[in-house]
Amino acid sequence: MNTIAMKPVSVTNDVVSTNRSAKVVSRGVKVFYGEKEALHGVDLDIREREVTALIGPSGCGKSTFLRCMNRMNDVVEGCRIEGKIAIDGDDIYDKRIDVVQLRARVGMVFQKPNPFPKSIYENVAYGPRIHGIAQGKEELDEIVETSLNRAGLWNEVKDRLDKPGTGLSGGQQQRLCIARAIAVSPEVILMDEPCSALDPIATAKIEELIDELRENFTIVIVTHSMQQAARVSQRTAFFHLGDLVEVGDTSQIFTNPKEERTQAYITGRFG
Amino acid sequence: MPAEHLVKRFDDELEKLDASISEMGGLAESQLAMALAALRERNSETAEKVMKADNRVDELDRTVQNQVIRMLALRQPMANDLRLIVTSIKIASALERIADYAKNVAKRSLQIQTLTTPPPALSGVDRLGRLVQALLKDVLDALASKDDARARAVWTRDADVDDVYHGLVRELLTYMMEDARTISACTQLMFMAKNIERIGDHATNIAELLLFRWTGEEVVEERPRGTS
Amino acid sequence: MTDSALPMTVADSASRAPRKLVLDEKRVRSRYAAERRFRAYGVAAIAFGLFFLAWLFVTLILQGYGALQQSKMRLDVTLDAATLAPGGQVDENALRTADYTALLRTSLRGALGVGSDRGERRDAYALLSNGADNELRRQVLADPSLVGKTIPVWVSAAADVDTFIKGQISRDLPENQRRLNNRQIAWADKLVADGRLEKRFNAALFVNGASSDPEQAGMGVAIIGSLYMMLVVLLTALPVGVAAAVYLEEFAPRNRWTDLIEVNINNLAAVPSIVFGLLGLAIFLNFFGMPRSAPVVGGLVLALMTLPVVIIATRASIKAVPPSIREAALGVGASKMQVITHHVVPLALPGILTGTIIGMARALGETAPLLLIGMVAFVVATPATPFDPATALPVQIYMWAGASERAFVERTSAAILILLVFLIVMNAAAVVLRRRFERRW
Repeated sequence: MNTIAMKPVSVTNDVVSTNRSAKVVSRGVKVFYGEKEALHGVDLDIREREVTALIGPSGCGKSTFLRCMNRMNDVVEGCRIEGKIAIDGDDIYDKRIDVVQLRARVGMVFQKPNPFPKSIYENVAYGPRIHGIAQGKEELDEIVETSLNRAGLWNEVKDRLDKPGTGLSGGQQQRLCIARAIAVSPEVILMDEPCSALDPIATAKIEELIDELRENFTIVIVTHSMQQAARVSQRTAFFHLGDLVEVGDTSQIFTNPKEERTQAYITGRFG
Repeated sequence: MPAEHLVKRFDDELEKLDASISEMGGLAESQLAMALAALRERNSETAEKVMKADNRVDELDRTVQNQVIRMLALRQPMANDLRLIVTSIKIASALERIADYAKNVAKRSLQIQTLTTPPPALSGVDRLGRLVQALLKDVLDALASKDDARARAVWTRDADVDDVYHGLVRELLTYMMEDARTISACTQLMFMAKNIERIGDHATNIAELLLFRWTGEEVVEERPRGTS
Repeated sequence: MTDSALPMTVADSASRAPRKLVLDEKRVRSRYAAERRFRAYGVAAIAFGLFFLAWLFVTLILQGYGALQQSKMRLDVTLDAATLAPGGQVDENALRTADYTALLRTSLRGALGVGSDRGERRDAYALLSNGADNELRRQVLADPSLVGKTIPVWVSAAADVDTFIKGQISRDLPENQRRLNNRQIAWADKLVADGRLEKRFNAALFVNGASSDPEQAGMGVAIIGSLYMMLVVLLTALPVGVAAAVYLEEFAPRNRWTDLIEVNINNLAAVPSIVFGLLGLAIFLNFFGMPRSAPVVGGLVLALMTLPVVIIATRASIKAVPPSIREAALGVGASKMQVITHHVVPLALPGILTGTIIGMARALGETAPLLLIGMVAFVVATPATPFDPATALPVQIYMWAGASERAFVERTSAAILILLVFLIVMNAAAVVLRRRFERRW
């Protein structure tokens, strides 16, 4: 008499994650800084051409995990990784993998916009140039124009490509960094709190850009703003104290999370 | 996990919302009780009181709506907070309808008092009213104590209310067919019975909303209907 | 929720009178007075430093400006072929070896009206510079068509005459305390009156090599020597220093050995320069047997001295490159080498250049190590290559400062001024280069 059949709420719209194949597969990933274990065994699938958001309070390991995916943690002294991270089936920590090539396939955008102190053109052209992607100046020009177009920056800077990249506003600089990242045609783009240094209008433009980019790229974004994660992602993963607590469809995580810890964090009961 | 938000003012606002709904619930309950008493005792004063009290309930309904809109805009609630706040609007709406129906019952009881002979089946209506009163009381208790077992119980008991209602309708129809002079009285009673049955429906709606609020899942089953 | 650090209660702040903003409180006034005093101390300190700097420059300029001019005599010299080429052949060889002194002396006797008295002639010849014949020789060799003509030539007067003309020897001294006797002074006055003796620009100061005659002495050799040494320092210390610093900063593991190296480099920057001279003597001269007094050796010794400065400056500049640039480059897929060569070093360049130029400016002024490796020689001929013997500006100053002739005093001050000018130019270049290469990030 007291059991009534109930089911979870289903929201049918196209932003729900369909069963796409997993682009980046992590199993048992542990990260050690010296003796301290910062990440305790993370299993996570990042699906292709989707935006996956990593949320959690400060120090929970989400940025650490993000940086594992393009091996940026290699440059941190005393940092040790265990476990397996595979992109399209290839373990990226295998000895035979060339880190430089990996980072051309997995691009990164950082929290504080950091364009090179070169011209706008040079900023975008640098990546293709060092990877030998373009044959000749015309092709390079084309790549630069396409990348700036995709980043929504072309119209604003097409008349001043030789001016320094550092002369742009904060939001434009971050879009320049995104253009720089996509110029080498990566498959995955990692974003570490890309909007935290920007004003709301610039933030909105970048969120719109992320939405456009996800048609062609797999995107993983770390963010402190739950509203941003809710707006921008299809899948959300909640990290806490080095554990992956819960991962699921964004709408489910934010309307009816399964874990108590997740609910307490997203409703602002702890942080 | 702590039960309080880091921002204490948010908890204060949720408490105020809770208080508004509680007040509405209490008013709806007492209005139903008074309407039934007015009917039983043929007391026109009580009936008048019920009609006046309806204003306060309407006011509270608007208050709840404003509180909810404000919290949605300013607090960006998530998960259980979001469900709590959104269901509050619907619960307030249901309680406002319940109070309206109670007012209608009181109005019609005034009409019946003008008649010389007490109409038949009065006790039947009273019985239906008491059943629904119990239903309403239970769902409001469940709301206050966050008791989901109670809410589920309310949900299933609506079938009993339907049964009693249908029985009453048949009885009144029989009376009307037997004696044409009872038609005006019986139609009033029928309308009253319908109102009371609707109150029962709304109480069950509140129970469903509470279950959604606490579990995040919606009820799949068809609500059990009594035999018609 | 209330912060327990605040001792006030709400009642306190409400009952206290609002603080006034008008400046009539004693505390505020004494604070302003203290600030004014502090500013005054700063100004006084700067004034103190500037005062001594001004004193230095004024002294140097007053003492040294005279060296820019040298007393010269105009003599009408007959370049008669018979004297120039007694063998009959008027070719270059003859012109080179001819006895120009005789020609000049003949002309001088004529100008002064000197007879055949030996003492008179001696006094007269003493008015002429010992190197005057070289001056005439250079002129004739430059234009051999002058042979056979009588031409007026300006040749240097002796240092004593020059000193007298410049008023550094007083006429009032008794004759036996003077370098010029009365007859010579009378001749000098006569020549001045005839317009044959006047102060002219002393190009020899910048062109000539060392000489025991002050009027012929010049810094030419020292300047070239210093330039060669600076070139050697630049070509040696800059690449080696930058490479070492890049390795230590980017590639070397952080362990006790690298800490030890860092401590040693910092110490080397403060080691007295004479120690480097000893090192140069032992290694370059004794072990490798390199030519003594050569700018190459001097340059190598100074390069060793400048190396720690370059390494420290480069390391500091590299450390100052923000890690965000490195991360951005790595993120785009640059290898470690590409990050260093495309991004880190270009951004560190202003600091590197500044450090190098300052190190070189210090090396330019070093004397002690050069003394030990023998660059204190008396070099007359301008060195053609860095392997030829030369001397350096500070060493030249040292040698002139030790010379006894009065005329060397003003030349020493002039040389110091020239050295300071070079140092100022180098430091200014450091500032300009840094501004030009500085990129905002």
